[in-house]
Amino acid sequence: MELFENLALGFGVAFTFQNLIYAFVGCLLGTLIGVLPGVGPVATIAMLLPATYALPPVAALIMLAGIYYGAQYGGSTTAILVNLPGEASSVVTMIDGYQMARKGRAGPALAAAGLGSFFAGCVGTLILAAFAAPLTEVAFKFGPAEYFSLMVLGLIGAVVLASGSLLKAVAMIVLGLLMGLIGTDVNSGVARFSFEIPELTDGIGFIIIAMGVFGYGEIIHNLSHKAEDREVFTGKVKGLFPSAQDFKNMIPAVLRGTGIGSLLGILPGGGALLAAFAAYTIEKKTKLKPGEVPFGQGNIRGVASPESANNSGSQTSFIPLLTLGIPPNAVMALMVGAMTIHNIQPGPQVMTSNPELFWGLIASMWIGNAMLVILNLPLIGIWIKLLTVPYRWLFPAIVLFCAIGVYSTNNNTWDIWMVALFGVFGYMFIKLGLEPAPLLLGFILGPMMEENLRRAMLLSRGDWTVFVTRPLSASLLAAAAILLIVVMLPAIKSKREEAFVEE
Amino acid sequence: MQIQSQKDFFAGLMFTIVGAAFAYGATGYQVGTGGRMGPGYFPLLLGVILAVLGSAIIFKSLVVRTADGDKIGKWAFKPLILIIAANLLFGVMLGGLPSIGLPPMGLIAGIFALTIVASLAGTEFKLKEVLALSTILSLGSYGAFILLLKMQFPVWPIFITG
Repeated sequence: MELFENLALGFGVAFTFQNLIYAFVGCLLGTLIGVLPGVGPVATIAMLLPATYALPPVAALIMLAGIYYGAQYGGSTTAILVNLPGEASSVVTMIDGYQMARKGRAGPALAAAGLGSFFAGCVGTLILAAFAAPLTEVAFKFGPAEYFSLMVLGLIGAVVLASGSLLKAVAMIVLGLLMGLIGTDVNSGVARFSFEIPELTDGIGFIIIAMGVFGYGEIIHNLSHKAEDREVFTGKVKGLFPSAQDFKNMIPAVLRGTGIGSLLGILPGGGALLAAFAAYTIEKKTKLKPGEVPFGQGNIRGVASPESANNSGSQTSFIPLLTLGIPPNAVMALMVGAMTIHNIQPGPQVMTSNPELFWGLIASMWIGNAMLVILNLPLIGIWIKLLTVPYRWLFPAIVLFCAIGVYSTNNNTWDIWMVALFGVFGYMFIKLGLEPAPLLLGFILGPMMEENLRRAMLLSRGDWTVFVTRPLSASLLAAAAILLIVVMLPAIKSKREEAFVEE
Repeated sequence: MQIQSQKDFFAGLMFTIVGAAFAYGATGYQVGTGGRMGPGYFPLLLGVILAVLGSAIIFKSLVVRTADGDKIGKWAFKPLILIIAANLLFGVMLGGLPSIGLPPMGLIAGIFALTIVASLAGTEFKLKEVLALSTILSLGSYGAFILLLKMQFPVWPIFITG
C-alpha cells in the first residue's frame, strides 16, 4: 500500500520532538488568539505568520497548520460562549451553541465541537492523503486555460459565500485582482501602478492587506459601538462532558457533517464556510426525536454537525492548494504566501520534488487535530477566563501585534505606513457593507490569473474560444456558471440572505 | 431621483472611480493584442469591468427600494484616527523621522507610544492601567520576538545603543 508508505514517511518527518513542539505551540497560539472575539483564522494566521519565518520550512508549515486549527477551534469557543463569531464559519455554531451556553450547557457544547472536529479532522486527513496523489495526476493535465477557468470557478465560489450583495462581492474580487497587479509585471518588467515609488515595484504585501483590512478595520469598527449588552456565561460552565443521550444524538450528526464537509471542502471556493452552512441546513431538515430540544434553542446536533463539517472541510480544502497550487479560500491564500516565503511553489510538483514536506504536512494535520483535543478539553476553563479580559486591554495588544507582524516581514517602516492606509480602507469597506474576504482572494489570484490568461491566449493565438473548446476548461466554466445561476434563483437567494442575516 | 441605498451608492461610486482610474492608468502601458498581451491588457480589462460593475451598483442603489435607506451611519472618527495614529507612531519610533530630526527610538518606546495612543480610542482611559499594560506588552514582546524568535528590531533608542 503506497498510501501507508507515504503516511509512514510523513509521520516519520512530523513525529520529531521538535516538530511536535511546533505543532503544540501553533495550536496553543492559534487558539489563544482565535478565541479573541472578532479575530478569525485569517487575521490570526496573518498575525502569527512572521513568527514562523525563522523556522525551517517543514516546521513552519506544521506550526501554521496548528495555528489554523487552533484559530478555527478558538472561533467556535467564542461563538458558543459570547455569541460572537470569530469567523464566518462559526456563525451557524453560534445559533445553537450560544443557546446551550445560556442553559448552562456550555461544557457539552464545547466538548461536542471539540470531539466532532477531531473525528472530522481524522477523516479529512485520510481523504486528503488518499486523493492527493491521483488528483496530482489530473493536475498535470491542466494547461493554462484550465488553470484560468479553475480560478474563475474558485472566485465565483468565493462570491457565493460572501454575505450581502452578489454584485458588490464580484466588484470586490475584481478590485482585489487589480490590487494584485500592482508592482512589476513579470513578463515585461514594467512597474505597473507604482507611482515611481521603489517599495511599490515589489507589489503590496498580502499581510499588509490582511492585517489592515481584517485587523485594523475590524478593531475600529468594534470600537465605534460600545460593548454594552454582551452577556458572558462564564460562571455557569458546569459539567464538561456530554451525557450518554447527547452522544447518541451527536454521533449521526457528526458523521453527516464530516461527509458534507469533506465533499464541499474540495471544491475551490467552497471550503469550511459552505460546509458548515450546508451541514446545519441538513441537520435542521432531519426529524427531531421525541423529547429532543428544537433547533435554535440549544440542540447539540446543531453544534456537532457544522463543527465537524467545518473541520473536515478545512482539511480537504488543502487538496486544491497542494495539488493545483490554487488557494480555495483566504486562509489558504495566506498559506501560499507562507510557502512562497520559504521558497516552496505550491502545486503538483511539491509532492514529487519535496515528498518529506508534503507528507509531513499531511501527518502534522492529524497531529494538529489530536493536539487540539488534548489541549482544549482540559483547558476550556482557561479559554473562558481569557474571554473575561476587557476589550480595552485586548485591542491595543492586537494593534501592537499587527504592527510588529507587518514591520517584521521586511524590517521596513514603509509597510507600517501602508498598513495604516489599508486600515482606513478596511473601515471604509465595513461602513459601505463590503465583504473583504473576496478582495483578499482576488488579490492573491490576480497575478496567477493574468499569467495563465496570457499563456492560454498566446497558445491559442488570440482565440478566446480556447476556454470553451477544451473539455476540462469548459466544464469548469460551466460549473462556475451553474453556481452563479443557482445563487441568483429567487428561492436560494432569500435563503442565502437569511443565512447571513446574523452577521 | 432619490438614493435608495446610501451604502450601495457610495460603494458603487468608489468602484466606478477606482476602476476608471486603473483603466486609465493601464492605457499608459503597452496594451497589446489578445494573442500577445502587453502589461496594460489585463488591468485595462479589469478596470473596465470594475467600472461597469460599479455603475450597475449605483443604478441598483437608485432603483431598488430598501426599508431604511441603508444609511452608512456616523463615521467613528475618534477610533479611526487614534488607531491609525498609534500605528504610524509605532513606525516613527522604530524608523525615526529624519525630516524633524527624530532618531529611531526603538521597539520599547514604540510599544509604549502605540499602547497609550491606541488606548485613547477606547471608552475608558486610565493612565496607570495603560502603563501597566504597556509594560506587560513590552516584556512579552521582548521575550517572544527578540529572545525566542530572534527577530531583527532596534530595541532601544539609537543614541543609547550607539
